[in-house]
Amino acid sequence: MGDQPIWITFIVTFVIMIVLLTSMAYTTWYERKVLARFQDRIGPTRTGPAGLLQPLADAVKLMGKEDLIPEAADRKVFYFAPMITFITAILAAAVIPWGGTIELFGQSVNLYPTDLNVGALFILATGSIGVYGIILGGWSSGNRYSLLGAIRSAAQVISYELILGFSLVGIFIITGTMSLKEIMFRQHETISFGPFEIANWFVLSQPLAFVLFVIAAVAETNRAPFDLPEAESELVAGFMTEYSAMRFALYFLGEYISMIIMSLFASTLFLGGTSGPGADTYWPLGIMWLVLKAIAFLFFYIWLRATLPRFRFDQLMGLAWKVLLPLAILNIALTAFFRLIGNGQVF
Amino acid sequence: MEPTKTEFNVMESTQTDYSGTLMVEDEHELASGERVMTLNMGPQHPSTHGVMRVLLKLDGETVIECDPMIGYLHRGTEKLSETKRYAQIVPWTDRLDYTAAPQNNLGYVLAVEKLLGLNVPERAQYWRVIMVELSRLASHLVWLGTHALDIGALSMSLYTFREREMIMDIFETFCGARLTTNMMEIGGFSRPLPDTLIEQIRNFLRVFPNRITEYTDLLTANPIWLARTKGVGVITPEAATSYSLTGACLRGSGINYDIRKADPYLVYDQLDFEVPLGQFGDVFDRYLVRVEEMRQAHKIITQALNYIEHDDRPMMAYESAYVMPPHMGTMTTAEDMQRHFVWVIKGFSAPIGEVYHAIEHGKGEFGIHIVSDGGSMPYRMRIRTPDYVNLGVLPHMAQGAMLADMVALIGTIDIVLGSVDR
Repeated sequence: MGDQPIWITFIVTFVIMIVLLTSMAYTTWYERKVLARFQDRIGPTRTGPAGLLQPLADAVKLMGKEDLIPEAADRKVFYFAPMITFITAILAAAVIPWGGTIELFGQSVNLYPTDLNVGALFILATGSIGVYGIILGGWSSGNRYSLLGAIRSAAQVISYELILGFSLVGIFIITGTMSLKEIMFRQHETISFGPFEIANWFVLSQPLAFVLFVIAAVAETNRAPFDLPEAESELVAGFMTEYSAMRFALYFLGEYISMIIMSLFASTLFLGGTSGPGADTYWPLGIMWLVLKAIAFLFFYIWLRATLPRFRFDQLMGLAWKVLLPLAILNIALTAFFRLIGNGQVF
Repeated sequence: MEPTKTEFNVMESTQTDYSGTLMVEDEHELASGERVMTLNMGPQHPSTHGVMRVLLKLDGETVIECDPMIGYLHRGTEKLSETKRYAQIVPWTDRLDYTAAPQNNLGYVLAVEKLLGLNVPERAQYWRVIMVELSRLASHLVWLGTHALDIGALSMSLYTFREREMIMDIFETFCGARLTTNMMEIGGFSRPLPDTLIEQIRNFLRVFPNRITEYTDLLTANPIWLARTKGVGVITPEAATSYSLTGACLRGSGINYDIRKADPYLVYDQLDFEVPLGQFGDVFDRYLVRVEEMRQAHKIITQALNYIEHDDRPMMAYESAYVMPPHMGTMTTAEDMQRHFVWVIKGFSAPIGEVYHAIEHGKGEFGIHIVSDGGSMPYRMRIRTPDYVNLGVLPHMAQGAMLADMVALIGTIDIVLGSVDR
């Protein structure tokens, strides 16, 4: 960090922003297509080839809609709440590494906007702040369904944030760092497993943490089967009930960005990030591997949504505090124990 | 006259005070000092299966009090029937439970035939059984899809509607309509069967058992589904009888009462099928009962079709004066033409009397009570719809339930508001 002119950082950030916003739109398309296949349908087909212009059509439609603010709403909070969710969701992209430092047109370019030494913590923090958008939006709508959705969201995110954080502690213990870039490059190393040389992905050394992380990440992004804050069958649309037009779209897209970020985050932490055949010699391959891993995660998200019913609120909390949290603590204890053995400090 | 300034102010002052962020006018405190929130669920709500309104008093997410309010889809079917001739009422019955129109048709037609003392040919009776059981499947498929959707299993509704589509196609082949079929006629069926019908039904019967297995694979073994349905909305056998529940709501509590067995109509006494019973009376048991009913309906249709497939006896009780004469007769003989004229213009005069006939509808006991004063229209017709009566148990089940359970509870009763409100 700091070994490149600031204008290169600007360009990298700009490119990442553009890619992220486009991919966010196309995640909606991807979800609609995949979900349709799960449900014996074909999904959007009318807008462009294979419905590829559907996100554009959706955007145009949403921008053309009337932006309604209910009478009972707290106007200022109602106005700003969606922005909190959206901005914090995008902010998390700042610490996701897309590779190391490369030489491009005679300049050395870092393939990440920034490499915070507390990068993992930063992503968790943005997620925590993002929930303010949901709580404030639900509360300021002046609608009881929104209020219930907001309360559910607050409780849910607090519980699952804890598990999300705890599931990462194992990795921090192993690597001794919170910088995502360093965690990722630790996974580019290989370890020998009998006669084989395999990648040192943390999903192999931290399988329990990986499962916990995936569950908590689904809950953190309010996706099925943990989509209680917007459970449409009981709460109409939860905290989004009174939102319309682009303000609704901000929530909606914020959710998709969170999904993408969580997919990238999980890939970086557990699946080696850009690690893959040829990635160390040719950097675009690394980016491709990361994207493929993220797409696989997104597919998993959609798969869950197509298959599972929704948890009830008390069951959700029970799962978090009675099952997942003890497991997460167990995982930390085990990891710490093996680490101490590795250091020769126990026996 | 335009409202004066003062009148306008009076109107304004009675409106809800929005100065707080929530409407507070109907909130009160519990003994524990916590406030109760009133939540108005419906009439425009995705999970009330139409236009039902449920007024909920909530302590957090726990339901303290539940008050279902109905009548948003009331169309006065009973009163309308007093101004329609007997044959004209059949299409009105389509609109009661619109997911199961042939069953409503059958309930009405059987009641009228009981009043008239008509004997319907055996072949028509078998075809009635086939159509009604198909309609039971269609109704249960809609229920399963929407119930699962309420609990959050998004894809189920698309799978069940895929099979329902096949049934709708069969209905379309049989009578030309899909939803409001107007299928049953007083006296049997007057039209010949379409050529492709049997093949279509066979095709459906072939694929359907695997599809039921597909549903149960997705739901019965799913831990989240079990957690959401087991032990939720328990109805004890005593409560079930005291709320006079019928259909799967009653059988889910373990009480063996199915009108097809208890008081057989049509040819159900000649068909081999079982009545599934639940054990604990919770949402999960009612789900199992209905799924098993689908398997039994499949069995009934197969039997009836095997028995009647190569039969070409007449399907209409033409010997009676109460039915419309055959089409060819109307064209060739003077007597039939006159009878046809009178039947269409004036209708037949039913004997004086009072009948009640109940059938085992997909949702429970569907009964029609007709009082005849000897005219061509009922003097009074009363419709006992199963879901209207079954809905009465909702406040009982909702005591202490979570808000998320409410949608499961509404779904488990299997209501269609067209039928509840009539």
